[in-house]
Amino acid sequence: MLCVKPYGMLCKIFVVPFYEMWDLPDIFVQTLWEGLVGGTLYSLIALGFVLVFKASGVFNFAQGIMVVFAALSLVGLHSIGVPAFLALILAAGIMFVLAYSVERVVLRPLVNQPDIILFMATFGLTYFLIGLGELIFGGDPKVMITKQLYIPTGALSFDFGGGRVELQKLDITAMVVASVMVAGLAVFFSKTRIGRALRAVADSHKAALSVGISLNQIWVIVWFAAGLVALVTGIMWGARSEVSFALEIIALKALPVLILGGFTSIPGAIVGGLIIGIGEKVGEIYWGPLLGGGIESWLAYMIALAFLLFRPQGLFGEKIIERI
Amino acid sequence: MRAPDDTTIKAGQTLLSVEDVSLSFGGVKAIRGVSFDIKKGEIRAIIGPNGAGKTSMLNVINGFYHPQEGQITFKGVKRRKMRPHDAATGGIARTFQNVALFRSMTTLDNIMAGRTLKMHSNFFWQLWRYGPAEREEIEHRHKVEEIIDFLEIEHIRRVPVGRLPYGLQKRVELGRALAMEPELLLLDEPMAGMNLEEKEDMCRYIIDVNNHFGTTIALIEHDMGVVMDLANRVVVLDYGQKIADGTPDEVKANQAVIDAYLGVAH
Repeated sequence: MLCVKPYGMLCKIFVVPFYEMWDLPDIFVQTLWEGLVGGTLYSLIALGFVLVFKASGVFNFAQGIMVVFAALSLVGLHSIGVPAFLALILAAGIMFVLAYSVERVVLRPLVNQPDIILFMATFGLTYFLIGLGELIFGGDPKVMITKQLYIPTGALSFDFGGGRVELQKLDITAMVVASVMVAGLAVFFSKTRIGRALRAVADSHKAALSVGISLNQIWVIVWFAAGLVALVTGIMWGARSEVSFALEIIALKALPVLILGGFTSIPGAIVGGLIIGIGEKVGEIYWGPLLGGGIESWLAYMIALAFLLFRPQGLFGEKIIERI
Repeated sequence: MRAPDDTTIKAGQTLLSVEDVSLSFGGVKAIRGVSFDIKKGEIRAIIGPNGAGKTSMLNVINGFYHPQEGQITFKGVKRRKMRPHDAATGGIARTFQNVALFRSMTTLDNIMAGRTLKMHSNFFWQLWRYGPAEREEIEHRHKVEEIIDFLEIEHIRRVPVGRLPYGLQKRVELGRALAMEPELLLLDEPMAGMNLEEKEDMCRYIIDVNNHFGTTIALIEHDMGVVMDLANRVVVLDYGQKIADGTPDEVKANQAVIDAYLGVAH
């Protein structure tokens, strides 16, 4: 089209995609939207990691399986006849029991051990939960109880730029729920006694102890908060596809998000998730064909790698300055 | 373990007593059979050469370390094993040798964190910061402002403490401990690394805290001039053992103390 011989490739990379965006704005907006929704869900998963990492310094590898376990508990409870909303509350209760047990059985005995040991312990927790989940709920994929929870389905569509843009109601709900959840957590963290205690623990264990903050209590609270985030994530992802152990893999998508946003920053997790989500989709649609497609599965990691080169502490992470 | 509230101790009576406490880490004996007491309302100094076991002693008192032998009585209640949380609940606050603040939080939030145990609204209200939780925040904020006023740190109220110079960090740390309204305040080298002017300020605050709030203070300090000016009574440790105990003048004249500081062969 516009591209002439000697500059063919450069033109395809730097000119054609942008021309297409401008030429077919409906497809561009649709792509952005899909990216935004995917990004929101990545943010939610990353948020679960950040909560636990900030307060206990543990990179919780089990966050992915917690998402699956929470969703399975919900669906499983409903399948044995528990009404949907009661099942939701009970599933939250199960996440609390999990948080409490993790503090008792995993964190407390390992307190003051090197971080790597706690990290390995979360691997153990992952396999334990996979086993327990398969034992109780079986390994078959399940369908999320979307209707019973009154989550709207279907699509809104409107004309835009000479085409049609479709927004799934499910996705809109996911966005709203995620935003409310994040806003709630932000207020909780910055304005309340327990939130302040959480940040205090993240900064210095011994100082927190000296003012009477109980580390054990705080750990239960953060793991419970991470469990609730996992439950919401599980519902939303489960509703878009299905509830299966394969969902655990999406936890790995949180890694590039965390590298981008910084391991200790809640706003970082959100912005990082959105950048990865949008970057992935836009990259796939506009630059994917140049590489034969399918770049969505690795583009996030490439973006994260590029970031590591220039800003290893992430967008919002704290730069660690050591006094010598 | 929560001390009963009706055991109010009057000035001059024993607030805390340490009996025959020994603490070791593997083969290293940090404290060997030390006994002393702290009386309500006094400023008690713990001094001694480096490695004498002073900080270990403080860590035992506030529950960071658990001694293998001996016992500690606080407000008339004996205890063997106690967690730092219990110490804080019972009214023991402390500062640290190498400033332990919540670095990413502001001065205000750091001192508010010291109010943690005084705040009781439950998780439910906290979640929405509504009703009791909000009233509580406001009420405690008043208290915190008084402390900020007292320590003259109004100008750094909203600064993350990680950015403050060392002398001010020490002052914020004192503020956080004061916010707990402690009965016993443990200060681990409150003047270490300060210049003369900062030391004088800190001295003044310590005396004021003792005078105005009647807070009992136990402090570790290396600056002998400061110790002699501030303390009512001094206990001297060397190699984990108590070598002297008495008023500053008695201690100054004690031969064992002079030997320990001048380094006579043991």
